[in-house]
Amino acid sequence: MELSVLWFVLLTVLFIGFFFLEGFDYGVGILLPFLGKNDIERRVIINSIGPVWDGNEVWMITAGGAMFAAFPHLYATLFSGFYLALFLMLMALIVRGVAFEFRSKDDNPAWRSTSDWLIFIGSAIPAVLWGVAVTNLIQGVPINAKMQYVGSFFDLLSTYTLVGGIAFFLVFTFHGALYLTLKLEGKLMERARSAAVKVGVLTAVACLVLVGLTYTHTDLFASTGAGIALWGAVALFVGAYGAVYCKRYGLGFILSSLTVVFTTIAFFWGLFPRLMVSSLNPAWSLTITNAASSSYTLSIMTVAALALVPLVLVYQGWVYWIFRKRVNAKNLEY
Amino acid sequence: MEELMLARWQFGITTVYHFLFVPLTLGLSLIVAILETNYVRTGNEMYKQQTKFWGKLFLINFAMGVVTGIVQEFHFGMNWSEYARFMGDIFGAPLALEALTAFYLESVFLGLWIFGWDRLSKGWHAASMWIVALATNLSAFWILTANSFMQSPVGYVINNGRAEMTDFVALITNPYVFNQFPHTVLSGLVTAGFFVLAISAFHLIRKTHVDFFRASFKLGLIWTTVSLLLLMGSGHAQTQFIAKVQPMKLAAAEALWETANPAPFAIAASIDEQNKTNMTEIKIPAMLSILANNNPNTPVKGIKDIEKEYIAQYGPGNYVPAVTPLFWSFRIMVAAGSAMMLVVLTAGFFWWRGQLEAKPFVLKAVLWSLPLPYIANSTGWFVTEGGRQPWIVFGLQKAEQAVSPTVGAGSIWISLIGFTLVYALLAIAAVYLVQKFVRQGPVATPAQTNKPAVKGATLWS
Repeated sequence: MELSVLWFVLLTVLFIGFFFLEGFDYGVGILLPFLGKNDIERRVIINSIGPVWDGNEVWMITAGGAMFAAFPHLYATLFSGFYLALFLMLMALIVRGVAFEFRSKDDNPAWRSTSDWLIFIGSAIPAVLWGVAVTNLIQGVPINAKMQYVGSFFDLLSTYTLVGGIAFFLVFTFHGALYLTLKLEGKLMERARSAAVKVGVLTAVACLVLVGLTYTHTDLFASTGAGIALWGAVALFVGAYGAVYCKRYGLGFILSSLTVVFTTIAFFWGLFPRLMVSSLNPAWSLTITNAASSSYTLSIMTVAALALVPLVLVYQGWVYWIFRKRVNAKNLEY
Repeated sequence: MEELMLARWQFGITTVYHFLFVPLTLGLSLIVAILETNYVRTGNEMYKQQTKFWGKLFLINFAMGVVTGIVQEFHFGMNWSEYARFMGDIFGAPLALEALTAFYLESVFLGLWIFGWDRLSKGWHAASMWIVALATNLSAFWILTANSFMQSPVGYVINNGRAEMTDFVALITNPYVFNQFPHTVLSGLVTAGFFVLAISAFHLIRKTHVDFFRASFKLGLIWTTVSLLLLMGSGHAQTQFIAKVQPMKLAAAEALWETANPAPFAIAASIDEQNKTNMTEIKIPAMLSILANNNPNTPVKGIKDIEKEYIAQYGPGNYVPAVTPLFWSFRIMVAAGSAMMLVVLTAGFFWWRGQLEAKPFVLKAVLWSLPLPYIANSTGWFVTEGGRQPWIVFGLQKAEQAVSPTVGAGSIWISLIGFTLVYALLAIAAVYLVQKFVRQGPVATPAQTNKPAVKGATLWS
């Protein structure tokens, strides 16, 4: 396999890890103010991701670093082009991270509710923005012959990409609710389930609209594999919904995780071999060929990634295993 | 070029702000790991209390470092897209490796450490903090490797209109990084040492938790003295190295306009950048020759001669960095370092005589010295980065060529103001928490409050 193809696959893997893991973190953050009726319940909900959210976020940072190293032009065009969107996302991630860490270090109720607020906003904004970003990549944005983004912030917002933002937001919220059904007990678990059942209906609608618009606004379905993956994601979502409805929480979470995985695969597969589609001229799209690093750099990075990513999976998985128990108010460790 | 100025300001603010937290993370993670190791070895509960007390302060600082670090990674693409295109083949690799080898370890094992007190054996728990500490310092190596290339490019070829890597080993064994890495890590150890000393002094002055902070003070004293000596040594070595590889940076930091043999060291100067001369100077004869070459009878090249060489080599242009701020930054850094040394030696002397706690003015001096490492860290980086100008990558790309061509001044203004406001608010929150826990001292704090959330104060309950 060509190294640039391999790196496209690796980048997809990093985004799968990111959306799968941070996906439920975002969902938990979004659900926090709705599910937690008092301070202790909210602490319990936060603790369900407390030990792991920071490690999950590193998948995004690594994906960013990998773009820089393997596809510098993608990194340059995407980050400078989506400037204000990324600014908003960074602000959200800053306040979310600090709110997680600072929330319980003061017992003033205003401090805590502000932190909960910030966790909600800091989770909701990136969830929406990633949906907007991914759908923009495949729908196409104004990129000129010099690989420069020549649109404005508002060019990023169209019917299709806004639906993408809403759909990602809802999928992550649903995914987070299913995670919580596995991590909480009693009343809180029940609430997480009923949230999943309610949010799931909206998610189903948003996903169907998104799939429909993907037919009309993108060429994703020109690739059979991508099309199958996207419809597969829809089917897996239906399965996840059925499972949580029947209180099969483990199965439900596995299926919602696979929903996220298949959605990510579908969009990347639809993009391949492009990285960012130009809406001005298909020849100006960023591809794995014209945006890639030299083969020397790619081979160094390949060795590093193939050696290190499995190792990361092992110790990150081990930490999940250590914190596998459900969280309740009795064993709060914070 | 309003965009260029704004982008530079933004990068400066983000970097300086990020680097307020990084050095403490580098040093304090090691101190906490050592304290917890002592607890595991001896079973002494006081070490556990110390681990928890300093650990809590560490966590507040760490969170600030992490969230500002993400901005750092994104900035290279957002404001400096042409830099990213030109340098991505080289610069991206250490950045990605930093994430793969260090960030995962740090955050995964820190989560384990925070929540794992009852789930892990004592030994494993302490090992988690060691992993955090080593990963943190490893991440410093990667990012400094990337920065070292910008200062002194190695192992590359210009191809396809960009710098391409030809030798990864040369990149990570860049002599520049072996001068910069020790100096940076040691500055982290010193910062953490002063943090421990100042907070311990605060309680020793008030005679609260005396046993606890006596022990911390002792550790801090030894730690800081040793690392400060090494820091000064590494600074000296780095200056001599800079004299060879970046003579312009040295000449600018010394405001040495004309080549001199022997070259004097100016303690203070009134600099006229327009006419490229100093109006008045207070100087020590031959001192700069000694500092740069260990020999009073050696020449040190002046700014004007180096500029001529650069014009011959790189074509017409302005190759002189901003001399006045560099000159004073360098002096402030050295003065802050010397003041720290004076404070530590004085405190050490009275501690050795057993009179420290009877000398509140010494303890107060230690307490009020806490800003010194932060001042030295910031001015030191200013010299490193400002002294490289007008280059972003020395000899290969200028800052003006690196800025994103499609990002308008309005966008940068929005993000500049937004980030600065959030940074200010976060700083207030972090300082509030730190001073609260410092005043409180090592007490067992309840894990959670039992107060119900106030109605109206929350949005949804």
